[in-house]
Amino acid sequence: MSSAHVDHTHGTLPHEPEKATHEGRNKILGFWLFLGGESVLFGTLFATFLALRNQTNEGPTAHELFNMGMTAAATFILLTSSLTSVFAIQAMHRHKLKQLVAWLGITVVLGLGFLGLEIYEFAEYVHKEHFGMTTSAFSSSFYTLVGFHGAHVLFGILWISLLIAQLFKKGLTVVTAPKIYVSAIYWHFIDVVWVFIFTVVYLLGKVG
Amino acid sequence: MAHAHSVKHHKGLMDWLTTVDHKKIAILYLVAGGLFFGIGGIEAMLIRIQLWKPLNNFVSAQTFNELITMHGTTMIFLGVMPIIFALMNAVLPLQLGARDVAFPFLNALGFWTFFFGGLLLNLSWIMGGAPDAGWTAYTPLASKAFSPTHGVDFYTIGIQIAGLGTLIGGINFLATVITMRAPGMSFMRMPMFTWASFITSAIILFAFPAITVGLVLLSFDRLLGANFFEVAAGGNPILWQHIFWIFGHPEVYILILPAFGIISDVIPTFARKRLFGYSSMVFATILIAFLGFMVWAHHMFTIGMGPVANALFSISTMLIAVPTGIKIFNWLFTMWGGQIRFTTANLFASAFVPTFVMGGVTGVMLASAPADYQFHDTYFVVAHFHYVIVGGLVLGLFSGLFYWWPKMFGRLLNETLGKWTFWTFVIGFQLTFFIQHFLGLMGMQRRIFTYLPNQDFDTMNLVSTIGALLMAVGVIIFFVNIVITMSKPKGVANDPWEDGRTLEWTIPSPPPEYNFKQIPLVRGLDAYWKEKQAGNTEMTPSEPVGSIHMPSASILPFVMSVGLFIAGLGFMFSRDEFSNSFLAGIFNNYVVVIIGLLITFICMLLRSVFDDHGWHIEPEELEEEGVKA
Repeated sequence: MSSAHVDHTHGTLPHEPEKATHEGRNKILGFWLFLGGESVLFGTLFATFLALRNQTNEGPTAHELFNMGMTAAATFILLTSSLTSVFAIQAMHRHKLKQLVAWLGITVVLGLGFLGLEIYEFAEYVHKEHFGMTTSAFSSSFYTLVGFHGAHVLFGILWISLLIAQLFKKGLTVVTAPKIYVSAIYWHFIDVVWVFIFTVVYLLGKVG
Repeated sequence: MAHAHSVKHHKGLMDWLTTVDHKKIAILYLVAGGLFFGIGGIEAMLIRIQLWKPLNNFVSAQTFNELITMHGTTMIFLGVMPIIFALMNAVLPLQLGARDVAFPFLNALGFWTFFFGGLLLNLSWIMGGAPDAGWTAYTPLASKAFSPTHGVDFYTIGIQIAGLGTLIGGINFLATVITMRAPGMSFMRMPMFTWASFITSAIILFAFPAITVGLVLLSFDRLLGANFFEVAAGGNPILWQHIFWIFGHPEVYILILPAFGIISDVIPTFARKRLFGYSSMVFATILIAFLGFMVWAHHMFTIGMGPVANALFSISTMLIAVPTGIKIFNWLFTMWGGQIRFTTANLFASAFVPTFVMGGVTGVMLASAPADYQFHDTYFVVAHFHYVIVGGLVLGLFSGLFYWWPKMFGRLLNETLGKWTFWTFVIGFQLTFFIQHFLGLMGMQRRIFTYLPNQDFDTMNLVSTIGALLMAVGVIIFFVNIVITMSKPKGVANDPWEDGRTLEWTIPSPPPEYNFKQIPLVRGLDAYWKEKQAGNTEMTPSEPVGSIHMPSASILPFVMSVGLFIAGLGFMFSRDEFSNSFLAGIFNNYVVVIIGLLITFICMLLRSVFDDHGWHIEPEELEEEGVKA
């Protein structure tokens, strides 16, 4: 078996440290497979939403509800965070630990900003618009789809924060690199899901 | 490389709770799956006893509904699927020439989540009533209004947790096949069981997330007051049917493809012939998996989808008969002209072929939408799916268990008792289910708890019940066989059937912890058979003897699953009224859910923070164990 746990010091670390070990490559492959399953998960949630999005049960409709300004801001923040996570991986490939940590930190902060806006949005719907989980089939499918995505963002924030802490303690090694790499794939994935949510839920809700 | 890491080796119960060895996890799956299979079997017996005569009052209508629901759910999710996973775990890495699966830790996690999900579901019997809306849990029958007990909540949460385990297992086997094959083991040299397991894992990956969502929606409806399936608030019960069957139909291929794989390995071994049409077999497996995702709505012909949708799903369903037919002929041509030995394993494999064909033929009949209006929800359907699941999968599993038992446990099962099991089980099976086709055609509906006399149902139901009892006798003989076999000492050869063709027969039975002292070099399809024909007694190694890296045992998978179990129970009872104010406090404020999830997430944190360096088996230790150099 490969020598998974040899401590590479700076200089001996390969260009793509995430793919240096068999375990690392397995982890990346397994994670891509997992994202295949996640695609079906969100696909089913989207299908549910599309089937029920006009069933408003005399409650608020999408057109009345959505505030495009805030959603656009949230979209901009999340898309930018995907870019910063790309910068983090580029820093990792250059073996620049400080830059890597900094870009991951910015990614987390942007993720928190997105999540804050989403929580504010949900709270406003519930308290001002009386649009809760139980209001209509539309509301149930809206909160479940967008909420599932929000929970994924929250998990990503906690996960990347934990990895930043590990980078401080363990440094960049062939063990930590695959973790950083799969967390970045994950972050891109939830970003892509959001692009679909912005289109299917918000844009379509405003015009359709 | 050779860091001296201190390794804790656990003994006894702790060894089983912490193991990440795929061979031990296989045994765990087999024991747990066997236990749930027994529970599901007892439920089946109670159903048949209730139906043996008209107007019987052996069980109440409510209990009957719970029995049929739990029989189906238990058998599929907790009985046969874990036994499939047991065989996959026991055999797949060996057939690939691998020392372990890609993710040993996840492998253990998959088992324990399945186990605690199954435990949660079965706790329903003693915690206020089992689920009673059928294994399909159709809404509105499964809604709070028509199923007010916690039964369906046990179903949604229990299957959710167990399904997570299945998904984890699927990803693990996919990655294992892609990355862990021995040198020379190209995809088109993989044994058919490995191929079937690979394709099955792909179906699991793309089918299980759909039911995950379905179960989330149903539990949100029931526990949070959401409106997905509540017509009055704009919901749509048909949506449940679509989501359920988008998962549910691929699920039947998740069940049957491994059985195809098992008998594709058993038949060539005992015919002493190479599998006929290997590449067409692989192609047919992939095609069945692909088409399996295109046919879900044939379960819904009678809900009014319209003629166009019905016609399309009718045709796509019938298409599946083509690759399946290819397989049937390949098995027949493999046997043709072979030097066939009818061991118990081969008897089960041979009986599989005609029985499964009968299930397939009724499947094509059901695929015809106009005729389905007549068959729908009758015993004809019950007969059909028992022919494919029992006559197909369960016969395949028996075949696989008899075939690989010596590899798993180092002892051959008793052949005489095995043949008793075979004849009682197969005759009992035909007696039980053949006649149900006619019961269905004569109009007996499925899921009714009793029927009136003088509709010509009486004798046929009696015959069916007698058959079911005979099947139970077969299973009991199998159990006796296991007990007798396990009381004998180990000591079978590497290749106890003497005609083994694949890599698992090149290593000791049971295999050592590291499987292969030296990873073999694979030089063709049926790698071991090829070496035998070249006059070799063992495989050519692809590496020198060296230090073997092993993953460390861990209790975390077990604890993580306990956390999910606690969170599931907490979520289920979160809206209940408790007379005890402490209980009310912790359940109604989601304290139990939070504690359970915290346990799981803290375990994940620990797993991430503390690197598993594993441990090494050094070449000197390999020598001490008396393995040939």
